[in-house]
Amino acid sequence: MYESNQSTALKLQQLTFSLAGEEYGVDILAVREIRGWSRVTRIPQTPDYLLGVLNLRGAIVPIMDLRMRFGLDRESYGESTVVIVIAVEERLFGIVVDSVSDVVDIDHAAIKPVPDMGVVVDTRYLKGLATHVERMVMLLDVEKLMRPEDVETLDAVLPSVEEVEIAA
Amino acid sequence: MSAVDLTQFHKTFFEESQEGLDAMESALLALDSGSTDTELVHTIFRSAHSIKGGAATFGFVDVAAFTHVAESLLEEVRSGRRPVEPPLVDVLLRSVDCLRVMLRRSSAGQPVADAESEELRAELASLVSGQDEGVQPPPAESVSTSAGWRIDFAALPHLLQTGNDPLRLFRELQQLGQLDVIRAFIVDGAPATLAEVDPTLCYLGWELHLQGAASRSDLDAVFDWLDGDCVLEIHPLSTGGSAETENVSSSSPVATDPSRRDASPPGIVKVATDIPAAVRETPIAPAEGSSIRVDIDKIDALINMMGELVITQSMLSEIGENFQQSQLEVLREGLVQLERNTRELQESVMRIRMLPIASIFNRFPRLVRDLERKLGKQVKLELQGEHTELDKTVLEKIGDPLVHLVRNAIDHGLESPSRRKAVGKSETGTLKLNAYHEGSNIVVQISDDGAGLNRDAITAKALQNGLISSGQELSDAEVADLIFQPGFSTAAQATDLSGRGVGMDVVRRNVRDLGGSVSVRSVSGKGSTFTIALPLTLAIVDGLVTAVGGERYIVPLISIVESLRLKASDVRKVAGGGEVFHFRDAYLPIMRLHRSFACHEAVMDIERGIVVVVEEDGRRVGLLVDDLLGQQQAVVKSLEAHYRRVQGISGATILSDGSVALIVDVGGVVHMGRQSKAA
Repeated sequence: MYESNQSTALKLQQLTFSLAGEEYGVDILAVREIRGWSRVTRIPQTPDYLLGVLNLRGAIVPIMDLRMRFGLDRESYGESTVVIVIAVEERLFGIVVDSVSDVVDIDHAAIKPVPDMGVVVDTRYLKGLATHVERMVMLLDVEKLMRPEDVETLDAVLPSVEEVEIAA
Repeated sequence: MSAVDLTQFHKTFFEESQEGLDAMESALLALDSGSTDTELVHTIFRSAHSIKGGAATFGFVDVAAFTHVAESLLEEVRSGRRPVEPPLVDVLLRSVDCLRVMLRRSSAGQPVADAESEELRAELASLVSGQDEGVQPPPAESVSTSAGWRIDFAALPHLLQTGNDPLRLFRELQQLGQLDVIRAFIVDGAPATLAEVDPTLCYLGWELHLQGAASRSDLDAVFDWLDGDCVLEIHPLSTGGSAETENVSSSSPVATDPSRRDASPPGIVKVATDIPAAVRETPIAPAEGSSIRVDIDKIDALINMMGELVITQSMLSEIGENFQQSQLEVLREGLVQLERNTRELQESVMRIRMLPIASIFNRFPRLVRDLERKLGKQVKLELQGEHTELDKTVLEKIGDPLVHLVRNAIDHGLESPSRRKAVGKSETGTLKLNAYHEGSNIVVQISDDGAGLNRDAITAKALQNGLISSGQELSDAEVADLIFQPGFSTAAQATDLSGRGVGMDVVRRNVRDLGGSVSVRSVSGKGSTFTIALPLTLAIVDGLVTAVGGERYIVPLISIVESLRLKASDVRKVAGGGEVFHFRDAYLPIMRLHRSFACHEAVMDIERGIVVVVEEDGRRVGLLVDDLLGQQQAVVKSLEAHYRRVQGISGATILSDGSVALIVDVGGVVHMGRQSKAA
């Protein structure tokens, strides 16, 4: 039974989802849950893409809007809007995406590096690009997406609440 | 021979050793203060013996060697050959300290023995009067003969059930000399067939020869715990010893059976609390224990309540299966019962984490004794309310602040005996520690009958440190508050005990981190009283649910002074745009929570909102919220578990509808307000 595992060892199972017409993939082993959109509790002094927190069976889990995280316009949430709950080590967080597509096997060898797009496109959160049935899938780097120090640096860039007050 | 991984027991060994050392210390202190109870000596001896045995079993050679010498000295005391005198108690107390350090090093995997411990060991050894020579304990000559001893040892069936292990015993004997097993046999009365054998019983006996210079008392010490659990005969090898047969099984002048259990009282079980897997895997235990001893009564109560809950649940599901309108009343009753069960269950579960404050109070007799000597003061320590229970986490963190307050009270508060006499007080000062419940708080008071806070010295020092400006009129409360400021110290001459300028501010910060407060009341010449108020538990907070722009925020009740609705005419604008209102003879700033937390669609009009007056560090602020929704007990959940700390928010909780509400950190919000003013 271990042989079959070995033959798939080079394949990565990815959960694919669509976001603004493009297809993204996230390592299925990191996915904890897929759930419909429900209201969250906003947290003060956080970047806009952090929508708030949700009660996930007693755990207080932050939810972020992936469109806003990537600098895209926020869409209104509809019936197919879903939250993918992802675990990085012990920490959970949710990402809001347009819709979930499929679970696909992606050959490790087929993953290509992300080309340098300059400053126009933020490619920090992508691990690589892969082709699956003639479509391009962008593989998400979930560790980078929720790394705390990353959050801190972003906070430093964003104006804090007090400064906004003074300006107003 | 044994495939058992002993490291899994290390943690238990260290915990029990610490308890043993605590027991030794308090018994030594009791002896020091003139008690003549022989049981105290036995307690000390037993603790030392357990530590030695455990250390030897687990291979902590240095600890075992050290304890061995201490034990030999104690043996002399126990057998009445050495009187209990202050210098002896002193050296033993130092040994206890030294062992604490050694055990801590062992548990951290560091080298254990150092010059200091070796020196102390040598001192102990020199006290032990020539080990064996000239020692004549009754009933017979027990001077070791070079030939050794013949030991006939037959276990009584229940031996294993008392926690004894022949294997460990043999190991201990091996340390005394060369041990040969001459014969192992099955005792009379053992079952004839294998099927009848009860694996929890022991049917074995051994004939052993121990070669070497071990004394009779060494052997007795090894078999000390087996008293009543075995049939034991010991003869000197050289004589063949038929005349000196001593049967220890029924009566022994040495230890009694219940003594074994003193170390871990019956009715106490150990429950491991939730520890991260990473911690569990490492054999080195962290200094802060991650297990908790829970009284069996508490667990029984829990099981009872669980039973009731199950009954209520089955009753309710029965109603639900075939519900008719006529059963509405029964359903209501069932729900009331469910609510009661849940509440009781919650209380019982919380109670598991509650431990008596005695574990901290017990440190103080020793501390006070040492300080008395060092500072040449006479102190009478009074402890009250040691049985008051509080949350384990709170308990662990309140220890250091209390130690600091006690040190301060003795160092700065109480006067020297001559000075006390001069002002007409008794030469011995009194230091009182009291713990009691007050509402959902626990209060710890440290009071002394010393000189009280020196107002002039405090203001002079504060002036010197730039904490206040000259000519500033200060109320008594403000003066008292100064001592909690960072960088403040009044001792004209800094001692190594206190007066290093760190201290009271750290005390206040620690207490505040626990959600508590510390205050001081002082009467010049009569003494001062420090009062620490702490929440019973950190897991639940009593809060007021408020609405702010569609979000709900919970304000802890402990910091709320009053809630009121203001008229527009009550509000004054001060320069810079800040709003203030008049409240009980003072002007308080208004903080609009919707602005601090950037909430949308909140009530902007002060007349339509409600102002909640909160207090933090004696500073009062009015928080403007949209509405008050009610009072609720909130189970505190950390935001940091999955996200990070947010300023002004101390945590989150889950409301009855399953949604999340944030808990306001009043201190943080007040601070935010000041920051934005400063900016």
